[in-house]
Amino acid sequence: MSEQLNGTSAGALSLVPKTDVKQTAKDFKTDQEVRWCPGCGDYAILAAVQSFLPELGLRRENICFISGIGCSSRFPYYMNTYGFHSIHGRAPAIATGLATSRPDLSVWVVTGDGDALSIGGNHLIHALRRNVNLKILLFNNRIYGLTKGQYSPTSEVGKITKSTPMGSLDTPFNPISLAIGAEGTFVARTLDSDRKHLQSVLRAAAQHKGTALVEIYQNCNIFNDGAFEPLKDPAVREDVTIRLEHGEPIVFGADRSKGLRRSASGGLEVVNVADVDPSEIVVHDAHNPDPSLAFALSRLDSPAFEHTPIGIFRQVQRPSYDELMRAQIEEAVEHEGPGDLAALLASGDTWRID
Amino acid sequence: MTKQVQQLDRVIIRFAGDSGDGMQLTGDRFTQETASFGNDLSTLPNFPAEIRAPAGTLPGVSSFQLHFADHDILTPGDAPDVLVAMNPAALKANIGDLPRGGDLIVNTDEFTKRNLAKVGYDSNPLEDGSLSEYRVHALPLTSMTVEALAGFDITKKDAERAKNMFALGLLSWLYHRPTEGTLAFLERKFAKKPEIMKANIAAFQAGWNYGETTETFSVQYEVKPAAQPAGLYRNITGNMALAYGLVAAGVRSGLPVFLGSYPITPASDILHELSKHKRFGVRTFQAEDEIAAIGAALGASFGGSLGVTTTSGPGVALKSETIGLAVATELPLVIVDVQRAGPSTGMPTKTEQADLLQVMFGRNGEAPVPVVAPRSPSDCFDAALEAARIAIKYRTPVVLLSDGYLANGSEPWRIPDVESLPKIDPGFAVPGQEDFAPFRRDPETLARPWAIPGTAGLEHRIGGLEKSDVTGNISYDPENHDTMVRLRQAKIDGIASDIAPVEVDDPSGRARVLVIGWGCTYGSIAAAVRELRANGRHVAHAHLRHLNPFPANLGEVLRSYDKVVVPEINLGQLALLLRAKYLVDVIGYNRMRGLPFTSEELAGVIQDVIDSE
Ligand SMILES: Cc1ncc(C[n+]2csc(CCOP(=O)(O)OP(=O)(O)O)c2C)c(N)n1
Ligand code: SF4
Ligand SMILES: [Mg+2]
Repeated sequence: MSEQLNGTSAGALSLVPKTDVKQTAKDFKTDQEVRWCPGCGDYAILAAVQSFLPELGLRRENICFISGIGCSSRFPYYMNTYGFHSIHGRAPAIATGLATSRPDLSVWVVTGDGDALSIGGNHLIHALRRNVNLKILLFNNRIYGLTKGQYSPTSEVGKITKSTPMGSLDTPFNPISLAIGAEGTFVARTLDSDRKHLQSVLRAAAQHKGTALVEIYQNCNIFNDGAFEPLKDPAVREDVTIRLEHGEPIVFGADRSKGLRRSASGGLEVVNVADVDPSEIVVHDAHNPDPSLAFALSRLDSPAFEHTPIGIFRQVQRPSYDELMRAQIEEAVEHEGPGDLAALLASGDTWRID
Repeated sequence: MTKQVQQLDRVIIRFAGDSGDGMQLTGDRFTQETASFGNDLSTLPNFPAEIRAPAGTLPGVSSFQLHFADHDILTPGDAPDVLVAMNPAALKANIGDLPRGGDLIVNTDEFTKRNLAKVGYDSNPLEDGSLSEYRVHALPLTSMTVEALAGFDITKKDAERAKNMFALGLLSWLYHRPTEGTLAFLERKFAKKPEIMKANIAAFQAGWNYGETTETFSVQYEVKPAAQPAGLYRNITGNMALAYGLVAAGVRSGLPVFLGSYPITPASDILHELSKHKRFGVRTFQAEDEIAAIGAALGASFGGSLGVTTTSGPGVALKSETIGLAVATELPLVIVDVQRAGPSTGMPTKTEQADLLQVMFGRNGEAPVPVVAPRSPSDCFDAALEAARIAIKYRTPVVLLSDGYLANGSEPWRIPDVESLPKIDPGFAVPGQEDFAPFRRDPETLARPWAIPGTAGLEHRIGGLEKSDVTGNISYDPENHDTMVRLRQAKIDGIASDIAPVEVDDPSGRARVLVIGWGCTYGSIAAAVRELRANGRHVAHAHLRHLNPFPANLGEVLRSYDKVVVPEINLGQLALLLRAKYLVDVIGYNRMRGLPFTSEELAGVIQDVIDSE
């Protein structure tokens, strides 16, 4: 690999044509009426994306949003770009074909927790390991919104829903742990309600060459209202949110009195900063090829949200699948010359009849 | 010693042995020699069901049948004239097909007590008289090979393994085959192992010399080249021809081919073949499953590639939902189904035609899809081009229905002139196109515009939700849905005016019985019909390239005969469609043995229908 392992991975958008025209959020809105429930977290994400995209300065026609099925997956209809609202769980597969064949596009996938982790789990993990040039926005509301409120693969154990009146039985996925385990090169988490943070993560994701997975905690105020309340409640949020910054010691709390250090078991533990030597406080290293720290960070989540990391867990460089495929094609053309159909058809043992 | 040379007009040879004996390779080489000699030919490989069945057992038997002639032939032949059996298992599995008086060449070295017992022979058939009806040539092929290779610096095992080349040399002598091709082939194949190369060449020559110098074979046979139209020829399998057809479709449309595929027998070779053609800009993507494979292909089509996915019946089942999405979004896509015996995993290495109704109807909602079927191995090339043409012109998924027999069978192919191949115009929507709407249809074809990402000013969203006529916006309007369902159907039905009418082969013009088929039954039906005509009967044959929509003249053709016979390797799937659509009381002939029909059985069936007139 020629590139250095560094955070600002140039190249993700290097082949996407730029525009000189100044864009605003309005340019990315369509004339379609937005049909989410009033108060749904999806509105905030939509507005954040629309007001972020002008920053990239890309030609609108070279941006594509591809989604599966779910409330979240309605997203492309509201984006004035090319868009494909596909079928349940399959957006990463469809986007893989598009991104692999069109390096001049910025391809975004919008998916839900059910879409990405239940029916589409297989495609998600394979997109991550291949490192296709895709930006996957996973709207995690920990519920099936569109089908009116069944528990999802990210719902907490014991969740009472229409399909689990006595409580759900299965252990949920932690999407961050899953993505890191699936060899993801860019794995991050953010919140629908924190536009500044959300956009900072989108900024880094957009520039990342390869698959970027961005989990967005999203409130479904109809079927799972308040699912992420501790992270949003001004009274407690600073105490329970760990804001990850690459290269910075991991400390948190309104008075920054808490920090993380390595635990004896190999994971991470929360300590009072005052009680330990500063050298014991772990410094966040999202660029470390070894995913152990990123994984340990992802395991800090708990049902009660006592200490939840947000930000970029992992951000490493690996050649993307599409660029490797392009390189093979270029190599084949270079070594054997461009394809000659007549020669191909007449290859092998032939004979002539006069 | 000069030997008597006897002229034959055609021969059917079957090579049979353990899967480790190299029978496919031997068959392939004999086929190439035969092809370059100028005979017409047709082949039928028969692979063992299990890859690593224990050596010497019945499930491990692999065979390769080749029919070659001095005239044009249509099938790999019903029964062999010559059976080469490399071990007791191969003998047991194949002897039932060898007609009385047939030639049987056996490798006696393998007829040990243990090997005989493995396949349930109580006594040695070479000694107990049970083979007295055949002309048996009992030869110690292994030991003769080892002896011939005594001077080579190779292991005993490697020497023994060259026995197939000894056998090939002997048969090449017996049938006067040119040997240059095989020698060149061995030089290429073992270029990195010179000693093995020399040994194999020596084994091949020893086999040839054995035929020439010993008295075991008193006659040598000759099958003159067939009179074929002038041109450059090669031998080609169905899967190879299909892959070439897809490359050609890319070249002739100017679109990059994107293949999304998940390995499955008997379709995998198309993936393998296309993976070699990167210099044509062909992208091959081995996906995590069939759903991802077709999804990626559809995504590539959305981006302006010729999206293709290749699979077999079980894979089509998984792809159904995405085919529906392609119908709804009206994007070009070619879905190749190389059918195999089902249901479920069925018999992966055996052929069948039982996916017709699956590809016609196996989707939710009204989701019509054009279906195209090749009739012979080389015809897979033209059928692939035709599938791509329809997909691109009509912005629709198209199913190309091949099968295991066509896929692995081979025949000589007159290589077409590239300029004679159809040109396909993708007709992309252009930037800033006036009054663009994603579902504004071409009035003639009813196809919608193909506006690919990157086209300025035409940004739009598509998806699986019902959309408004013209604008493509989401719509739940009752009347609009009715309109859209009908428009999608009308678009596919309209293709009937853009395809060739079905041709009827009825040389005397006096036939009252029509035989109609599709796909791989072409050769068997045509051969059966030929035989019946030679016996003075009148019979017509039609073979369908397009199964959806049917050619416009099909109803008229069916109604102009007293009786219509439909042979299919399924329980009557085309018959069901013909009855439903044309109200014609067709007579089905259906057998599902994992093998093509023999022309003899079809001739019998058709003759019974004619004679009952
Ligand atoms: C093949 C298939 N199965 C089931 C459904 C029904 N379905 C639609 S969306 C959905 C779950 C959506 O949940 P999620 O992905 O979390 O999205 P949300 O609505 O919460 O944004 C289900 C089960 C479907 N559309 N297709
Ligand atoms: S159901 Fe929930 S996720 Fe869906 S639109 Fe309503 S609030 Fe949003
Ligand atoms: Mg959800």
